[in-house]
Amino acid sequence: MTTDMAYQIEPLIPALRRYGRALVRDRTAADDLVQDCLERAISRWHQRRSDGDTRSWIFAILHNLAMTRLSRTAKLPQHMTIETVDENLLGVAASQEDRLRYQELLSALAQLPDSERSVLLLVGVEDLSYAETAKVLDIPIGTVMSRLSRARARLYEATSGNAQQGAGARAQLRRVK
Amino acid sequence: MNTRPISEDDLNGFVDGTLDAKRRGELTAYLEAHPDVADRIAGYRQQRDMLRATFGPVAEEPLPSRLDLRRMIDAHRRPGPASWRAMAAAAVVLLGVGGAGGWLMRGMPDVPAGGIVALAQEAAQSYAVYAPDRIRPVELRASNHGELVAWVSQRLGRSVAVPDLGASGYRFMGGRVVATAHGPAALFMYDDDHGTRLVLLTRPMASDRDAAMAPHTRGDVNGYAWADNGLGYSLVGQAAPQALRPIANEMREQIVTKRASAVKITKSPA
Repeated sequence: MTTDMAYQIEPLIPALRRYGRALVRDRTAADDLVQDCLERAISRWHQRRSDGDTRSWIFAILHNLAMTRLSRTAKLPQHMTIETVDENLLGVAASQEDRLRYQELLSALAQLPDSERSVLLLVGVEDLSYAETAKVLDIPIGTVMSRLSRARARLYEATSGNAQQGAGARAQLRRVK
Repeated sequence: MNTRPISEDDLNGFVDGTLDAKRRGELTAYLEAHPDVADRIAGYRQQRDMLRATFGPVAEEPLPSRLDLRRMIDAHRRPGPASWRAMAAAAVVLLGVGGAGGWLMRGMPDVPAGGIVALAQEAAQSYAVYAPDRIRPVELRASNHGELVAWVSQRLGRSVAVPDLGASGYRFMGGRVVATAHGPAALFMYDDDHGTRLVLLTRPMASDRDAAMAPHTRGDVNGYAWADNGLGYSLVGQAAPQALRPIANEMREQIVTKRASAVKITKSPA
């Protein structure tokens, strides 16, 4: 049984880290969540429904831990400045122009309500089906669809028009420096 | 040519590749005829790709050693340091308060009566009485949350909050005031989908007003006890100590956070 557990959970760990990082941004905080999640998964393995899907089950554990953490840290004052470079960006975006586009997208992502951001990430980055996403978040599929629509529309609105408007805003930012 | 109207769900299905070939064809035709929508959908796709490019590398990183699953499973199964401590605690709790003091509070001249060792015993005793009760495990149900909190806070002479264990899969059932050798205590009960029950016992502490979390065991009932700011807590249940520890941590963290924010509110100018 133990080997079955390792066999089923182990391949999911990289994706759990990715989802955790996308939700809470900070590497250490995200790995704390994943560690907690794995410990819970191990101790509750026998409570899992044997016909259930392990991926949805374990993503749900991680998601709930992350939401608890986010609701706690949301109450603390945030010291975000325009200069803050998201550590997630360190690996991508070679040119300055690209970097700004990514930065813009990530700050738009950060502005989304948690409920919409989760759906967008689970479907778009984790490749979960709508049904699996519904199971992870414990909501009906219809709600998954409407949150996904809203999230995509918001992200698009927040970053489109960047051709002219965005360029102007960037020029201003540079001048301030 | 009767095609179903195109919906936002279709557009998202198009982005996510969930449509069948026929519907996909209809969408392609629609987008050709509606360049503004086509632009938006191209934007959705591009943003999805950018998010994947941003977070994708995280899954390629070598795993930090603390996320070594096999080692975690081994530690969970083998009687490791954690459960050894639990067994030692079990032994001393069975010896009674006097004997227990020697282990849990070594270095202290006396075992303070009413400290967390006593609290741990009271919690295990309350669990044994109320958790198996199928008729009336709690006096006031979770639906009377406000009334319950007001009642126990009044009897304990301290404001008492009920930790939320939703993230751990446990629902709050309700609670009651119970008698202990050291005065009234509040008992809160939780259960999960399998009917597994947990009990949190809390009461004011005459000694051990602040105490680090320590495991305790009595028969097949395990628990963790600690004290914070003059209130003692013991979480008990028929679960493995390894399963209880993160829940106890979660409770302690919620209690500390709540207290910290309450202090902030009272300190801020009116």
